[in-house]
Amino acid sequence: MEIRIKDLCKAYHGVTVLDRLSFTAGPGITCVMAPSGAGKTTLLRLLLGLERPDSGRIVQPKGCRWAAVFQEDRLLEQLDALGNLRFVLGPALDEDAACALLAELGLGDVGGKIVRDFSGGMKRRLALARALLAPSDALALDEPFTGLDAENRAGSMGCVRRAGLEKPVLLVTHDEADAAELQARIVKL
Amino acid sequence: MNKPQIRPWAVLFWLLVWQGASMALSAAYPHGGLLLASPVSALLRLGELACTAAFWRAVSGSALRIFGGFLLSCALATALASLAARWQAVRELLAPLVAAVKAVPVVSFIILALVWLDSRDLSLFIAALMVFPPVYLNVLTGIAAVDGRLLEMARVFRVPFRRQLRGIWLPQVLPYFRAACSLGLGLCWKAGVAAEVIGLPAGTIGERLYTAKVYYQTPDLFAWTAVIVAVSAVFEKAFLSLVDGAVRAAGGERR
Repeated sequence: MEIRIKDLCKAYHGVTVLDRLSFTAGPGITCVMAPSGAGKTTLLRLLLGLERPDSGRIVQPKGCRWAAVFQEDRLLEQLDALGNLRFVLGPALDEDAACALLAELGLGDVGGKIVRDFSGGMKRRLALARALLAPSDALALDEPFTGLDAENRAGSMGCVRRAGLEKPVLLVTHDEADAAELQARIVKL
Repeated sequence: MNKPQIRPWAVLFWLLVWQGASMALSAAYPHGGLLLASPVSALLRLGELACTAAFWRAVSGSALRIFGGFLLSCALATALASLAARWQAVRELLAPLVAAVKAVPVVSFIILALVWLDSRDLSLFIAALMVFPPVYLNVLTGIAAVDGRLLEMARVFRVPFRRQLRGIWLPQVLPYFRAACSLGLGLCWKAGVAAEVIGLPAGTIGERLYTAKVYYQTPDLFAWTAVIVAVSAVFEKAFLSLVDGAVRAAGGERR
């Protein structure tokens, strides 16, 4: 499966954010790199269908399902980790698989603790777990490793690398070390 | 500063002041006891009233209509707030109506409603009218406060509306609804009984209050007033417990 981005343009209040951006993302990890404010998050919002481009096209298979880690964690703070996964997956949630992934991400011991009491890094990893477990054809990850210590960062990268073997993963970052470690293809904005 | 607590010793102090004032009036004037019945005579009268079937008929009749008006209003206000949150035209259409209900004295509505309605339905209508603005405005505020970023997340992950309702909408809106209900329950009892006192539907608390006033039966007046306060408090406690249960189940926080 491929996601083709053709001559994508987007401006806000007359300020151009994306100018004729073109690239193709196939299976594997594509790191979109740029300094802050250069349109990385805008690109992901366009891919997720949350905004419309001013011009240009995003060509993807009809009915393509995206899963995402947003710039903010966007978790239901009143629920626990499994509650958040159940909110997205519904009855399709495989609790054993979910617990295994949570453990791999260093969240194996959170039990019934509600997300409001999680640290920033724990929330980030839960947001990543949600994106990895949700049924999807492509992944959009906006700075998914922000706030993680070295150990959890390595665990999270391993999970993302595995997802990249099955589907296109578009990962937005401004950290070149992330791209190098993930052996990702780099697109600079 | 914390909200002042009602302490038993303070209640006892004011009951003693009341008893003392009643005794002083009785001693000073031949019919002084008529002007201010003592708490003891009011309590005794309440005991006598509670042994009659007419008392329970009046309490249940008034409660049914006033609480019925409250429930009807809650349902209508919530439905209209949902529509108003979605469509600005509905919001603009309802704004003058809500402002009018808030600004016009309740007694004007009571007299107007007496022209239109049977006096038996008056308390239901007035209770509903008084509850509508706080519930409508609070639910509208609650809906507006729902985190749009969570809704975007639900949209990306294609979460069905039913699950969104439980996970996002209810936890954020229910605390606003609860605050409105707490306010509305007090309002509807005060306004509903006032409507009964003016409309005098047979066999209601309002009619009994009016009769007590006409015949200078001040022990009855205090006894019925105590009944109104007690019934209102019981309904408020029971209804808010239900809403609190729903808030907890939805994972929201009390507001």
